[in-house]
Amino acid sequence: MSTNGAGAPLVSVEHLKVYFPIRSGIVLDRHVGDIKAVDNVSFDVYRGETLGLVGESGCGKSTVGRAILRLYDPTEGRIVFDGQDITELKESQMRPLRRRMQMIFQDPFASLNPRHSVGRIIGDPLRAHGLAKRGDLSKRVRELLQVVGLPPDAGSRFPHEFSGGQRQRIGLARSLALNPDFIVADEPVSALDVSIQAQIINLLERLQGEFDLTYLFIAHDLAVVRHISDRIAVMYLGSIVEISPAEELYENPLHPYTIALLSAVPIPDPEVEAKRETILLAGDLPSPANPPHACRFHTRCPYIQPTRCTTEVPALRKLSDGHVVACHWAEEIKAGRLRPKEREAVAEQPLLQPAEEPPPV
Amino acid sequence: MARPSLTRLFGPIREARGVPKWVVIAGIAITIAFVVFALFAPWIAPYDFDTYRTADGVRFPKQGHPSGDHLFGTNVQSTDVLSRVIYGARTALEVVILAVIFSLAVGLPLGLISGYFGGKLDRVLLLVMDSLFAFPYLLLAIVVAFLLSDRLGRGVMTAAVSISVVYVPQYYRVVRNHVISVREETYVEAARALGAKPRTVISRYILQNVIQNVPVIATLNAADAILTLAALGFLGYGIQPTDAAEWGYDLQRAISDAGAGIWWTGLFPGFAIVTLVTGLTLLGEGLNDVLNPVLRRRPIQAVILPERQSRLPAGEAGV
Repeated sequence: MSTNGAGAPLVSVEHLKVYFPIRSGIVLDRHVGDIKAVDNVSFDVYRGETLGLVGESGCGKSTVGRAILRLYDPTEGRIVFDGQDITELKESQMRPLRRRMQMIFQDPFASLNPRHSVGRIIGDPLRAHGLAKRGDLSKRVRELLQVVGLPPDAGSRFPHEFSGGQRQRIGLARSLALNPDFIVADEPVSALDVSIQAQIINLLERLQGEFDLTYLFIAHDLAVVRHISDRIAVMYLGSIVEISPAEELYENPLHPYTIALLSAVPIPDPEVEAKRETILLAGDLPSPANPPHACRFHTRCPYIQPTRCTTEVPALRKLSDGHVVACHWAEEIKAGRLRPKEREAVAEQPLLQPAEEPPPV
Repeated sequence: MARPSLTRLFGPIREARGVPKWVVIAGIAITIAFVVFALFAPWIAPYDFDTYRTADGVRFPKQGHPSGDHLFGTNVQSTDVLSRVIYGARTALEVVILAVIFSLAVGLPLGLISGYFGGKLDRVLLLVMDSLFAFPYLLLAIVVAFLLSDRLGRGVMTAAVSISVVYVPQYYRVVRNHVISVREETYVEAARALGAKPRTVISRYILQNVIQNVPVIATLNAADAILTLAALGFLGYGIQPTDAAEWGYDLQRAISDAGAGIWWTGLFPGFAIVTLVTGLTLLGEGLNDVLNPVLRRRPIQAVILPERQSRLPAGEAGV
């Protein structure tokens, strides 16, 4: 994949597939199909960076994060953590590695056990790995509370006594307890107020520097991802359509899906907002049990072409340094030779004629 | 930890209002009365449960009418009915407490394991428990009592075990289903993600959130178990009459009395059964209403709005 010149990746995901079986039948569980939550996804996360993973709800981004932590078992493919293949490890072999990879959850209300005190919640990782004696434990808990900006007496209180942002800080303290190298942050701010989101994002950034962390940052909010990510991977319906350095992606999106996503982000300037062109995606997300053939995006793509899009699966191709995209027509779109379908034009002219012959591949 | 857990139990009862509160209080009062009878039977009861004569060797009247000496009369074996009713409370509570402990001790762990790990084990256990469930409960208890009577004799232990076999599937079912829903909670996933062992996850995360249902089921099952014990005794598969006083057995002996107008030998043990079962049921249902926030109803206080100041001139107000 793309190299950032940062040495060996900390996490490598190679051709990962996670299928959830659909079963039916009362006595015999017949296997009637699969939800292809993640279908052939490959990417690397380099040491010290933040890889943003974006996509709309149900595109499989959380499943990727959970599969890396082996909370879901991969159907196919390989997951390599710091040079070690962890795809086939048993739970007992996985446990020592869990000290180095942690997770932050989306819902700060559901991810904390309502019956445990905050001190106990934060100390739990240490206790689970047999790392703390009694005295050290409470000291470490106070230390962690301080790191995430909570008062030291918070340890004796219960999760319901805290606000959403404070709870997310508790979740953060828990994930930091074991001094991990890698944290999967699964939409850590999407359940929070906008004003609190910024605080948590800034905290995550500060902690990254302080503790030398690597993040896989899952989100659906492009503005949030832009702020924190070094590189961004865009997912659509179980596969990755584009990976690019963060700024490059916003200035120069290549995949039609990314273009559509970015054009949907409102610009906080009414004059610009009124003039600019937005691309609205037609239709709903297709079912991951029965994804479209060839390019998965072709059913909704505003740039769809009569050739290749419906017949050929686009591979991830490198277009510039560190910028890969899975679209047959990326060069044409980049050069401005392809225009998105006007919504009015759709009725008269179902498919846009290609402006030029496709370039030889 | 004793104090917080006690306040956690009694807090909701104090806070409860209206019918649920009185249901719980009635249940507690009746249950406590029987517990007192059971604990202090030798001091409360005028005679031993199998005493049929006075210390001087004078035999009590046979089927004697209630009188000053024998408040509830005497039965066909000349024993004092009041004493047998009071000692019967002791037997009933002994058996029921043991039965609840046994069925919890088996049903709870099986339900936890089956619900948490799922898979083949879950399917097999579910099949076994459902077949037990489908079996007529009294028949099941009789068969077990019959099988055990060779080894354990026909005492309290046999009765307790045969009754607990009937209730294991209930605990198993309730616990398993609850575990399955708690297992999917994010904080359980979080525990797995941070590397907690399955044992830790089950005991620290799942059990704590599942256990809250147990007092309610246990109390309701205890009420049911009283009836099962009485039925066993009535049918002659219960506790050996020489071992302990048992209400079901007394009822059975009173059948022939009833035709002859001797009402007291049947009425009082029957009344004891009905009262204790009612008390435990009230307690269980009341606990359910009080502890389950979904069922908890609090009266809504009337909202009194301050007098509204009309800003319109008097003439336009009616337009």
